[in-house]
Amino acid sequence: MSDRPVDVRIKDFREVDCGLSSAEAVAEAERCLQCKKPLCVTGCPVCIDIPAFIREIAESNFSAAARALKEQNMLPAICGRVCPQETQCEGVCILGNKETPIRIGALERFVADWGRENDPSLPETAKPTGKRVAVVGSGPAGLTAAAELARAGHAVTIFESLHEAGGVLTYGIPAFRLPKDVVKAEVEQVLALGARLKKNHLVGRSVGVDELLGYDAVFLATGAGLPAFMGIPGENKNGVYSANEFLTRVNLMHAEAFPEFDTPVLHGARVAVIGGGNVAMDSARVARRLGAKVSLIYRRGEEEMPARKAEVLHAKEEGIEFFTCTNPTQILGEQCVTGIECVKMSLCGLDASGRPSPEPIEGSEFTLDVDMAIQAIGTSPNPLLVSLIPGLERGWKGNVVVDENGRTSIPHVYAGGDIATGAATVIEAMGSAKRAAAAIDAMLKGE
Amino acid sequence: MYTIELATRLADRVYEYWIRAPQVAQHARAGQFLIVRLHKKGERIPLTISAVRGDAVRVIFMAVGKTTEELATLGAGDSISDVVGPLGKPSEIENYGTCCVIGGGVGIASTPLIAKELKEAGNHVIGIIGARSADLLILEDEMREICDELYITTDDGSKGVHGFAADVLKKLLEERKIDRVWIIGPAIMMKVTSGATVPYGVKTYVSLNPIMVDGTGMCGSCRVTVGGETKFACVDGPEFDAHQVDFNELMQRQRIYTTQEKESLERFAEHRCRCGEGGHHHE
Repeated sequence: MSDRPVDVRIKDFREVDCGLSSAEAVAEAERCLQCKKPLCVTGCPVCIDIPAFIREIAESNFSAAARALKEQNMLPAICGRVCPQETQCEGVCILGNKETPIRIGALERFVADWGRENDPSLPETAKPTGKRVAVVGSGPAGLTAAAELARAGHAVTIFESLHEAGGVLTYGIPAFRLPKDVVKAEVEQVLALGARLKKNHLVGRSVGVDELLGYDAVFLATGAGLPAFMGIPGENKNGVYSANEFLTRVNLMHAEAFPEFDTPVLHGARVAVIGGGNVAMDSARVARRLGAKVSLIYRRGEEEMPARKAEVLHAKEEGIEFFTCTNPTQILGEQCVTGIECVKMSLCGLDASGRPSPEPIEGSEFTLDVDMAIQAIGTSPNPLLVSLIPGLERGWKGNVVVDENGRTSIPHVYAGGDIATGAATVIEAMGSAKRAAAAIDAMLKGE
Repeated sequence: MYTIELATRLADRVYEYWIRAPQVAQHARAGQFLIVRLHKKGERIPLTISAVRGDAVRVIFMAVGKTTEELATLGAGDSISDVVGPLGKPSEIENYGTCCVIGGGVGIASTPLIAKELKEAGNHVIGIIGARSADLLILEDEMREICDELYITTDDGSKGVHGFAADVLKKLLEERKIDRVWIIGPAIMMKVTSGATVPYGVKTYVSLNPIMVDGTGMCGSCRVTVGGETKFACVDGPEFDAHQVDFNELMQRQRIYTTQEKESLERFAEHRCRCGEGGHHHE
């Protein structure tokens, strides 16, 4: 497994990580101890039988491995690429105590890619139950719930407001980390299980709330799509983007290929990206590929960055300049951005989130000359639909309040993913969707 | 795919399309818009919903950019890849008393639905529609049918009052009590016209038209400053209290991609010349 050379990869949007060859995969799988009580499975939010699929790889039974994987996870090629394995399955792998843990993510990706090319077989689906389920949103949570419920024999309709399915997998994560043909293929697999997809349908607007609540069960997976802005002066100047907008223009609308594609995006010469999460790294690396010199501004230290270590490393390799313990205070310029004023921060005490609390250092102000700024400081639950459903209880952050099985305050309405949890990872969204799907299935079968 | 059922040229560069989009037509209300994407390489552009008939919605647009120029080459029977809507909040329709609905240029497209719903709510509805010249004036008959009174203005005096909608509005405000005003048109026209109602304290709505991508509140491209707060026109609007809107910022943000828009349009025009594609098949 290797990454493509930096000087080549920053000129295109093709995948950075080349993945494992079959020989490498078999060799890696052979290292697995096949623990009697595998910790890796407990570390997996969707409870994949990890030792089982790894055993099949070790014996070069790639088809069997792919089938074993799909039993628990219909989006394996996506998870193999974007899950933070280092804090999940790989983080608890017993081999990690002495040497390096098994590269479970890389093996998952290998098997999923192999299966996509060579064995498109699908898990069995139950006989039709005659029950109708509406899934709102086709991101990781929606797709997972749709797959589980379709397998259980329910008539599933997925509503998606955009012209492509996939939610954040399509508009948010860049192709160099998650190729769009991989997303398309896994969406197709979910549809092949019998789920119907209605694109261009914004529930609450194109589909009435009454119509929605007329389904036997509803699963809300509308995500955390609402971008946060810092609220500093100058942020409506031309050249200031939310990460959502910048990434959507490129990932969904292919603005990198303008004018071949009709959607434009500004190509800054010097771009500031504000934030320290995966979305900030993605934004920085996209801007780099559009030709910019990129400065990443984060108010805490590198240790505190919520981004995956691998993504921080990739960003640094690609020449992204890091300004840590730095906070923007103002965006400068007349109509267009000409600079960003920042202040250095010192880390003292711990804040409510248990992380060091950054405080501005007086007199440490400085200005970065930039012509574009991208704010990647988080998103919150999309309020559009959930605010239209009478009686749906919401938390103070606007999230839908659910129990551990995704039940909301309305009996046949469930929710999962970021709309319930607030912004989190793809795999956590999938885990919550899987639990909710099991609860929906039990409810529909009258258990 | 969404089929264009009827395509008509209304004026120079101004077109009226009826598009079959049941999920939009069944839910559309006055003041809302839809987003179209012509094909897989297309951009997403917002267009006001101008009327509804059965499963079809009407949009009226002026061919000024690459996407609208390309849309204008289509005709009845052709298809559009994507249509999503209705988007945005509906107009705040109530029985206010006397309401004035003003459309400028292609912005007149939005006025019939608003005027119609206001009329149905029991209002006395005054329409003012204005254009640069008589040949660019659209929907006159339709508005005359809906409104209790209709005034026409042209910049060059070729029809109706020689002047601007703001002039007629000022005169009306001097003469009688107006309870609510709607103004839809180019940003500069909405800015100037809504200034007329400030001294009278008449609540005035404008329909903002910033650049959008998703149209569902996800990207923030359409953010506008209203009453000192950032709002997303796609979900918080598109109609806002005119007296609170920062029009200068709106106009500044409408110019973000001026260079790219020009490039794209020129490339399209060149392509059309090369392909020898001349006219379009409108009625």
